[in-house]
Amino acid sequence: MAIRVFLIVLLFLSFTNLTYSLYEDQVGLMDWHQKYIGKVKHAVFHTQKTGRKRVLVSTEENVVASLDLRHGEIFWRHVLGTNDVIDGLDIALGKYVITLSSDGSILRAWNLPDGQMVWESSLPGSKASKSILHIPKNLKADKDDLILVYGKGSLNAVSGVDGEVLWKKDFAGESIEVSHIIQSSDVIYVAGFADSSKISVYGLNAKNGELLENNHAALPFGTFGELLCVSGDMFVVLDEMRSKIVIVHLKNGEISYNQKHISDLTKDLAGQPVILPSRLPGMFALNTNSYVLLIKVTNQGELVLVDKVNNGAAVSDSLSISEDEHAFAFVHYGDNKIHLSVKNVNDWNHDLLKESIVIDHQRGKIDKIFVNNYVRTDRSHGFRALMVMEDHSLLLVQQGEIVWSREDGLASVVDVTTSELPVQKEGVSVAKVEQNLFEWLKGHMLKLKGTLMIASPDDLAAIQALRLRSSEKSKMTRDHNGFRKLLIVLTRAGKVFALHTGDGRVVWSILLPSLRKSEACENPVGLHIYQWQVPHHHALDENPSVLVVGQCGPSLSTPAVLSFIDAYTGMELKSLSPAHTAAQVIPLPYTDSTEQRLHLIIDDKQHAYLYPRTPEAIDILKHEFSNVYWYSVDADNGVIRGHALKSNCIQEAVDEYCFDFRDLWSVVFPSESEKIIATMTRKSNEVVHTQAKVMTDYDVMYKYISKNLLFVANAAPKAAGEIGTVIPEEAWLVIYILDTVTGRILHRMTHHGCQGPVHGVFSENWVVYHYFNLRAHRYEMSVVEIYDQSRADNKDVWRFVLGKHNLTSPVSSYSRPEVIAKSQSYFFTHSVKAIEVTSTAKGITSKQLLIGTIGDQVLALDKRFLDPRRTVNPSQAEKEDGIIPLTDSLPIISQSYITHALKVEGLRGIVTVPAKLESTSLVFAYGVDLFFTQIAPSRTYDSLTEDFSYALLLLTIVALVAAIFVTWVLSERKDLQDKWR
Amino acid sequence: MQPKSPLLLLLLLSLQLFICFAFAQSTTGSAEGYTIYGRVKIPSNLGTKDYIIPGKVSNVKVILNGGQRVTFLRPDGYFSFHNVPAGTHLIEVAALGYFFSPVRVDVSARNPGKIQAALTESRRGLTEFVLEPLKEEQYYEIREPFSIMSIVKSPMGLMVGFMLIVVFLMPKLMENMDPEEMRRAQEEMRNQGVPSLASMLPGAARSN
Repeated sequence: MAIRVFLIVLLFLSFTNLTYSLYEDQVGLMDWHQKYIGKVKHAVFHTQKTGRKRVLVSTEENVVASLDLRHGEIFWRHVLGTNDVIDGLDIALGKYVITLSSDGSILRAWNLPDGQMVWESSLPGSKASKSILHIPKNLKADKDDLILVYGKGSLNAVSGVDGEVLWKKDFAGESIEVSHIIQSSDVIYVAGFADSSKISVYGLNAKNGELLENNHAALPFGTFGELLCVSGDMFVVLDEMRSKIVIVHLKNGEISYNQKHISDLTKDLAGQPVILPSRLPGMFALNTNSYVLLIKVTNQGELVLVDKVNNGAAVSDSLSISEDEHAFAFVHYGDNKIHLSVKNVNDWNHDLLKESIVIDHQRGKIDKIFVNNYVRTDRSHGFRALMVMEDHSLLLVQQGEIVWSREDGLASVVDVTTSELPVQKEGVSVAKVEQNLFEWLKGHMLKLKGTLMIASPDDLAAIQALRLRSSEKSKMTRDHNGFRKLLIVLTRAGKVFALHTGDGRVVWSILLPSLRKSEACENPVGLHIYQWQVPHHHALDENPSVLVVGQCGPSLSTPAVLSFIDAYTGMELKSLSPAHTAAQVIPLPYTDSTEQRLHLIIDDKQHAYLYPRTPEAIDILKHEFSNVYWYSVDADNGVIRGHALKSNCIQEAVDEYCFDFRDLWSVVFPSESEKIIATMTRKSNEVVHTQAKVMTDYDVMYKYISKNLLFVANAAPKAAGEIGTVIPEEAWLVIYILDTVTGRILHRMTHHGCQGPVHGVFSENWVVYHYFNLRAHRYEMSVVEIYDQSRADNKDVWRFVLGKHNLTSPVSSYSRPEVIAKSQSYFFTHSVKAIEVTSTAKGITSKQLLIGTIGDQVLALDKRFLDPRRTVNPSQAEKEDGIIPLTDSLPIISQSYITHALKVEGLRGIVTVPAKLESTSLVFAYGVDLFFTQIAPSRTYDSLTEDFSYALLLLTIVALVAAIFVTWVLSERKDLQDKWR
Repeated sequence: MQPKSPLLLLLLLSLQLFICFAFAQSTTGSAEGYTIYGRVKIPSNLGTKDYIIPGKVSNVKVILNGGQRVTFLRPDGYFSFHNVPAGTHLIEVAALGYFFSPVRVDVSARNPGKIQAALTESRRGLTEFVLEPLKEEQYYEIREPFSIMSIVKSPMGLMVGFMLIVVFLMPKLMENMDPEEMRRAQEEMRNQGVPSLASMLPGAARSN
């Protein structure tokens, strides 16, 4: 009886609570959050004597941030829009950070201490051009400090106080490519090239933008690259053959030039020289393939080679350390050390600083260096250098050591996979401090005090510390519940990190040698990461490994790069650079005897290549030859094709791992009315527990569960763009559900007056997608559930008894399925960046949708809110079945944000991984920030919660035992009395 | 598959347009597009008329058309989007801790500079472009203060409660029974030989 009551209560609890929720003191117990900024593009130091020392940076992730110079922490940070690329960053008036973004059309000022935006101004223009931000020192027009901005073909002088445009000079009609703004007292010179051979210099009045002078000079040859200013009136540029340096001299309005062969300066010239854009007074740096040449320009326009540094050197801009003295730094990488030199521009023989610092070799070469000076107590100059490494990390070097480093490569995660941790071996204690019984009891007594609310504030702090410190979650071994795993992430820099799910620390990292720039591979990019070998059962001795697939360049026609990495140690096991491309990678559902998964790599020349390249893999594939199907989406032409393997390749060179394939089917969408904007499939490793769904009237619906389903969303060609460009009558959204083996369309539906972007997720037999309804001008989410009608008559018990059911008949993709689809739509408030669904080990636990909203939060929404069976007035039976009354919009319950009060800035993707414990799913959200948590969509019904009080249980048991003894004594006494009577 | 019939929606929309007024003006010609100005106000306590400076609250972003453009607030809460083409746009405000309704903004091409706005959540027109949060968001459950009920409701509390009922209430029930019936029942029990609690325990068996 008690058990039944108890169970009913439990059921009641689990059904009433549709939200995932968290108490404030539980933050950080199961989740972690890491803030990043991305690869630094510009850095400006702000190190005045008073106040905190900071460095202001802008990055390739469109972040503008202020970092603490002592520890590298973020003081404040703003993530701009994805199209709002930052072109310039500087400090104005000593209190504002100025950023120029969106191709020089948006200028913003941020308050230096707290990052509040002070003003924003829009600089309109028509012509696309280079954008330059120039903040002159002590240039005033009517008491306003000027900020000079060149962008969109015009020069704007903007007031530093309120962002108002004071004057504007349009260069759009002059066909000049402005590359420099030079200020001398009250005249602003604008220099640039027209048609790469004509130099133009305009002189403007700084007060009102009036054109004072205008000089042109035509060079008898073309030029290559950008004009670089070496001193107030001298420029250098390369000629179009890249063999000569042209020195352009500007004197009293006259333009003169002379030229010099690079071969006169250095004998061993190889490759294509490039002038580095570092601004040095009277000097410039020339990068050839093997050396960086530092060349001095004398006042007479003569070139003198002063130094030659090994390749891979980075040169900073110059820094004024005192009047007439300028220093600059150059740094190069060799034998696991960075060699940093700071030199005085005028006094070449003397080093201001020369240091060698040992560095982790997984950071690669140095990309950029920014220097800053400070005055030591003995009045000598000290220097600090901020370095951006090849793996996008950021280092601050001061006094010969690395003061801090930031792994900002993690801000640009490309793909994620997971790996199990090693099994704990007997006798090896991994956690250093194993708790003894006394401590355990003490902890639980504290917890009990907490539950009974008799704990003092000190006790509460102790409890919180105890919970956060728990060594259990960050062990390096596999746990029983499967909460501890390695998240293996591939970043844009070509570096692979393994993060521990317990606390988010980096377990290992490797800058893949195959994804670094080389002569064979100019611009390698990492594309995907796959689980290559997941050993279990008989192959447990082997370490798991992952496969990283990349290609040599942004286009699909560049050759592929494959790299295999040990998931425990982070060593590259081997790497391949095959001749073919990697247009598509298909992990096959077969593994060989060492549990290596078979992968097919499809190239752009209609060939499929099998990996691993072993005879055993060939045998397995031959056996399953006719069962391998895949599809390809050609969004440009609106065609989806289905493919199957045909035979070995017919080529000159015999390659038995290469296969030709044939097209089985193709679905061509009418290009005048439909354009493919999104496709989705089920995850290949998804587990489905129940095949059927029992309806309220005890009717059974069989789910149509097939791995070969594809959801396609097509928009009207006019409405394929962004919101605000079409009227509802011109927009429609057509969705299809296809079978990818036969190409059959199982379901088709049109949403009139709707447009993309479409985000969605396909799981089990349902698909949920998010789109924009132009008529209501709100976002909508729809659910489509597919049920199998051919198995619908199996519900009769007599058929089972008489053996007339078709349950044992094989389910095949070749058979023509009779499916019905049920669908329903709801309004949803927010824009969406990503949608994912929770996945659990056995698929028993009810599902939650994880919606990454435009505010960079992740919302957990129960799937029961997206159920086509919802009606406005559900009957009593339906209510008992957990059907929620239909409302026109989906509820947003703020407690069900799994990111609680945090933001995953720049959210791009959400990954869910099942834990071993059925109730729990692990969620990893990535963008500029990283966030990880565990969620239990139906609460943790299969384990005690973390705050379960063992002490209370113990107390209850003691009380019960005591009660038994008391009643026993009483009962015995009563018996005795009865007998005496 | 619309949640509401399109006719009804259109009716609602047309109603909305009547109650909207122009509140922002264009500064540049139609070739360049229009400028949308607006303001975000966050009351210091929902329901009162005191406002706090939004910039200080948190990192507030104003988003046009689902991420096409992002802008930030000035210290006084004003924001602007420049060069917005004529058409119907959507503005969202992302502020941690507050729930803002997206705003539908109509930039009219026929009457240059006429801009109308309405909240999409409540279908309410805005007479001036001031965005206020619909509600504050509480991201954490509030821990309930300790109460006897919470212990009673816990599984262990229920177990204890059930036992107490059996121990104390059942004898009361027996007492309320008719004495004759009671005797008959006791006789029946004796015939069947139902052991008493004491005899069930090992010590009691020995003592008999």
